[in-house]
Amino acid sequence: MGMTISEKILSRHAGLDAVHPGMLINAKVDIAHGNDITAPIAINAFRKAGGKKVFDRTRVVLIPDHFSPNKDIDSAEQCKMMRDFALEQELVHYYEVGEAGVEHALLPEKGIVVPGDLTVGADSHTCTYGALGAFSTGVGSTDLAAAMMTGELWFKVPETMKFVYHGKLNPWVGGKDLILYTIGLIGVDGAIYRAMEFTGEAIAELTMADRFTMSNMAIEAGGKAGIFIPDAVTEAYVKGRALRPYTFYASDPDAVYHSTTDIDVAQIEPQVSFPHLPSNARGISAVGDVKIDQSVIGSCTNGRIEDLRIAAGVLKGRHIAPGYRLIVIPATPAVYRQAMQEGLFDIFLDAGGVISPPTCGPCLGGYMGILAKGERCVSTTNRNFVGRMGHTGSEVYLAGPAVAAATAVLGRLAGPDQLT
Amino acid sequence: MKFKGKIWKFGDNIDTDAIIPARYLNIWDPQGLAAHCMEDAAPQFAKQVKPGDIIVGGENFGCGSSREHAPIAIKAAGVACVVARSFARIFYRNSFNMGLPIFESRELWERVQEGEEIEVDADTGFIRIGAALLPIQQVPPFMQELIADGGLMNHLAKKAAR
Repeated sequence: MGMTISEKILSRHAGLDAVHPGMLINAKVDIAHGNDITAPIAINAFRKAGGKKVFDRTRVVLIPDHFSPNKDIDSAEQCKMMRDFALEQELVHYYEVGEAGVEHALLPEKGIVVPGDLTVGADSHTCTYGALGAFSTGVGSTDLAAAMMTGELWFKVPETMKFVYHGKLNPWVGGKDLILYTIGLIGVDGAIYRAMEFTGEAIAELTMADRFTMSNMAIEAGGKAGIFIPDAVTEAYVKGRALRPYTFYASDPDAVYHSTTDIDVAQIEPQVSFPHLPSNARGISAVGDVKIDQSVIGSCTNGRIEDLRIAAGVLKGRHIAPGYRLIVIPATPAVYRQAMQEGLFDIFLDAGGVISPPTCGPCLGGYMGILAKGERCVSTTNRNFVGRMGHTGSEVYLAGPAVAAATAVLGRLAGPDQLT
Repeated sequence: MKFKGKIWKFGDNIDTDAIIPARYLNIWDPQGLAAHCMEDAAPQFAKQVKPGDIIVGGENFGCGSSREHAPIAIKAAGVACVVARSFARIFYRNSFNMGLPIFESRELWERVQEGEEIEVDADTGFIRIGAALLPIQQVPPFMQELIADGGLMNHLAKKAAR
């Protein structure tokens, strides 16, 4: 019986010839990482269990990004605790403000995670690295503590749902639109406990940025992983970055899937997910007249250079609506510098926007763009739960960078085609 | 393991932002988190919850973030256990790892009202509501072991000692 890419990666890391869905396995992890919110609890658990040294100082990665640069005294204490631990353990991949970025943009960019890896992170959007052809999943702080100590973790082998994207993408449609559409199709628990595998000729055309966006949001359908079969696009991205040798795995033709869903991308227009679930997706032509107060362009979902280029392309020579706030957050220092050198900052500033240092900040209601009661934000982030970006009476509309930029210009939900 | 307590009933897709809003993630002391538990879903919860109370949820309970602060807040608030139609996977893992008892029951949700008293008997695998008995979903033996050992870190320590 053939195996899916996910099953192959899990079996290899468990030292088994084959695994099948439902099996409980113990597997070696290539990378275990945490952030300033989740690491303190993991460090505490690590110490309480008598942990002295992490299993490998090159494979335990800590990134301050959620409430960093420190947003308040409590956040400063959490960051300090993580920093002290990273120094004590002589971690190779601890990045201080100035070098740090949003973790799920930073780890692939620096080649820390590579194709064929089994990686865990104490952050639900760790599934982002599935775009590289790695099996990558979010865990909690105690799991991270165990992985930091032993380099291993228990897993239940998931079933895989296959999504096949056919046809040619419409203008302004990218990875964000495909994944919002897909979550709309199956619901926020449509892939619960399962891996999602994204394939098809429309996928082959996608940039790595688009693929990271799709894998990133697998968790919003309840998925354990969102994985791509690596190809020439993957190779071009990892070549020159990868810090370790990597392996390209592919699913066998006779691999067994939970289900296969065919999607014709020609039917998909730019998407917006309405409050308060990522599954409330609608095409831009069906959004109606919704007044918006703020756009956030950034995050582990859409804070890469490709995303900023799309937003700048829409905003060039235009100004945001009166009273509107546009907040642009390049996800990493490298993205920040690149955007600056390409002149994108001038476009954002001329449009009336503000540019934030890399941080998760407003995505989870931390800081740098929190909403008041009754305010609405269109955001390129990944969650629109009640109170996610501020007051419980505020609203978050999820979209890609093109819609977030066009909406900023008109002050109401809109796609770039509606701009004159 | 037996738990007898009053029910707090919640709907589907209770996310981790509802269980513990991210604005409090600069706290990691369990009692500090408990003071804000369920704040955005049921503002009165943290003040009125009594030790031994039971949370009943719908589908996909604990969806969203990987924050272990969520089960920590629930446990520190004194909640004895959570019974839901289904759990989001990271919340499910976290609960076993840090020792919050959770159970899946497809039927319980529509059978009970807020404030009602139920008894969850993990040993026999049944929930008692008045005279009625509802089965709870079997937990794999490995996960029963985790709970019996007092969570993942204790399990690893015991395994190393064995």
